[in-house]
Amino acid sequence: MPNTFARTAAIAALLAGAASGALAQEDNGSILVQSTTSTANSGLYDYLLPLFEDETGITVNVVAVGTGQAIENARNCDGDVLLVHAKPAEEKFVEDGFGTERTDLMYNDFVIVGPEADPAGLDGMAVVEDALALLAERSATFASRGDDSGTHKKELSLWSEAGIDPAAGSGDWYRETGSGMGATLNAAIGMGAYTMTDRATWISFENKQDYEIFVEGDDALFNQYGVIPVSPEACPSVNAEGAQTFANWLLSAEGQTAIGDFVVDGQQLFFPNAPEDDTAS
Amino acid sequence: MGEALALAISLVASGDADLAEIVALSLRVSLSATLLAAAIGLPLGALVAVGRFPGRGAVLVAMNALMGLPPVVVGLVVYLHLSRAGPLGFLGLLYTPWAMILAQTILIAPIVAALARQVIEDLHAEYRDQFRSLCLSRGQVIGALLWDARLSLMTVGLAGFGRAVAEVGAVMIVGGNIDHLTRVMTTAIALETSRGDLPLALALGIVLLVIALGVNAAVQTLHTRAARSGAHV
Amino acid sequence: MSDVATSAFTRRPRAEAQEAPATLLPFRAEGVALTLGGARVLDGVDLTLAPGGCTVLMGPNGAGKSLLLKLMHGLTAPDAGTLSWNGLGAQAATARQALVFQRPVLLRRSVKANLDFVLKARGGDRGRVAELLEHVGLADRARTPARRLSGGEQQRLALARALATDPEVLLLDEPTASLDPGATQAIERIVARAAAAGTRVIFVTHDVGQARRLAEDVVFLHRGRVVDHAPAARFFDAPGDPAARAYLDGRLVV
Repeated sequence: MPNTFARTAAIAALLAGAASGALAQEDNGSILVQSTTSTANSGLYDYLLPLFEDETGITVNVVAVGTGQAIENARNCDGDVLLVHAKPAEEKFVEDGFGTERTDLMYNDFVIVGPEADPAGLDGMAVVEDALALLAERSATFASRGDDSGTHKKELSLWSEAGIDPAAGSGDWYRETGSGMGATLNAAIGMGAYTMTDRATWISFENKQDYEIFVEGDDALFNQYGVIPVSPEACPSVNAEGAQTFANWLLSAEGQTAIGDFVVDGQQLFFPNAPEDDTAS
Repeated sequence: MGEALALAISLVASGDADLAEIVALSLRVSLSATLLAAAIGLPLGALVAVGRFPGRGAVLVAMNALMGLPPVVVGLVVYLHLSRAGPLGFLGLLYTPWAMILAQTILIAPIVAALARQVIEDLHAEYRDQFRSLCLSRGQVIGALLWDARLSLMTVGLAGFGRAVAEVGAVMIVGGNIDHLTRVMTTAIALETSRGDLPLALALGIVLLVIALGVNAAVQTLHTRAARSGAHV
Repeated sequence: MSDVATSAFTRRPRAEAQEAPATLLPFRAEGVALTLGGARVLDGVDLTLAPGGCTVLMGPNGAGKSLLLKLMHGLTAPDAGTLSWNGLGAQAATARQALVFQRPVLLRRSVKANLDFVLKARGGDRGRVAELLEHVGLADRARTPARRLSGGEQQRLALARALATDPEVLLLDEPTASLDPGATQAIERIVARAAAAGTRVIFVTHDVGQARRLAEDVVFLHRGRVVDHAPAARFFDAPGDPAARAYLDGRLVV
């Protein structure tokens, strides 16, 4: 009987050993991207990365979190490249010496979605400020990310431009989920609330139920993504060469074309807009 | 629900390579964490069970309280230590399975220790006079109690494994849910939920449940065989 | 002294604590008293035991027999009085004695492993396992899980384990209380052989027949006191105390 047990213990120990053997991972040819969730959740990386990896042999690992957390992680040197969408915060990151250079990479736009019944009557509104004013006036339930992400920062700036302080309705009609875009969409749908999302996440989101887009196309809803290699001066541990190679490839004609080629359900999710001189390199 | 079940069956039946990889990593991480937690928690629990020392009451309270550690807090603390900016950053462990094993070990070691303490204390009440009559050293007492309680302690280990394999908060933060590197069942479920693919998320949940059932069944079989051969009479 | 009662471990006696006597006997108890849960369970026990032979401790239920045995073995400390094994305190003498409990606590492993554990723990010769099993008639059960043994076999294994430590004094607390006559006889034979080989035996029983078979002298306890201590022949012929007389006559003694 003790034999049976000892044998089992030995097998368990072997298993653990096998686990540790298989876990050894430190590849010089890999980089870590701290990314916003919309690019990862929409499947963009699943499409782009194999192209890049085939060409360069560099493995790209992606940690997808909100823009605020991604920038914070990169400030802790836990990443080689930053790919997010909150321009002022990105510029501050570079100014503070954590990034070598910020470059526009691509864009899409934000949309405001809500239940088909449209209780606030947003249908047909072209100006986002008016739409937000209407939401506040009617105290229509609105789900905010509330997580310091790029989308959240954008949403707050839109309320501010509309001259509204949504915090006054916090917990009442203004509901801050403190979660990612997907979780916030699920929550909004669960409580019949309006919410603002980037178009890429919305198109690839599979739990839309009876939700549809009510406000889109306003220039104020423009959503710019940027790419920043993390500075080896601030973070000596980074794979600076790999990071630069990745950024250059994304900004090259080939990378830009690949971004434009990525479609979900026949719709293009991201529109490349790297500066011309970069696409040339 | 039916859709999810059908999807779960087809995922498993088709031998989906990504799923197999995620399942294997889940098992490796959580089993390794369970073994490590047992290596720490069992002797610690036994020591507290049989020892009488100043501050024992405080240790007991701490152990029991730590059983309720929120995974997110554990993840955050481990992240802050393993981050490149943290004291252990030079090890380069963040966003590797090692970080996940470490976080889960911290999460479940108190559970293993606290439950083992109870099991061993009960057994010790039965054995105490005999052991004192035999003039055993503290180490001999602990060794004999751990071995004699082995079947109950396997159940303690299962409780730890169950908590480890089911938690998402800690591995999400320290593992990063990186595809083909640190994605495990729970973080994959969280990802599919955020993508709004609820049937797939639920299907993965069903697969996770089946895995947990499988591990429990394996231990139960071992338990029964050992009990039949007299280990638990 | 509650520290001793609850302490998980008995440290091995240190040589410097007391000069170790060559023999543990004579044993002397003076004014030993113990109160448990408000009840005076031992109330001034005075007792002297000479070297050699088999002493039987008798008395009605609750007389304090088992507790006195525990005190003599050093597992519990008295509230008052002294226990001395030829000058050595009871707790310092534990390692030179063995106690067989009424219900033996066997480890959850094989018969053989139970003996091996004790020999290893006590630094004994681990080659003696087969000999010890042979001695108690368990040679063919070596690989059986100890807790699968019958009651009589379990008690014989407990005896083998006790003998494995080469005790100078063998204490037994009603070891055959729940055994059938065949099993009882086997136990008595082993105990008698140990006594014949020079081990001092102190045997608690409430079985008068057993006491007659084994005892060279009898200690009769009643209400926490030694009320009679005499050679077996004298005790059984003419008990010196009314309670002992009543007990031997099979009357209820409270």
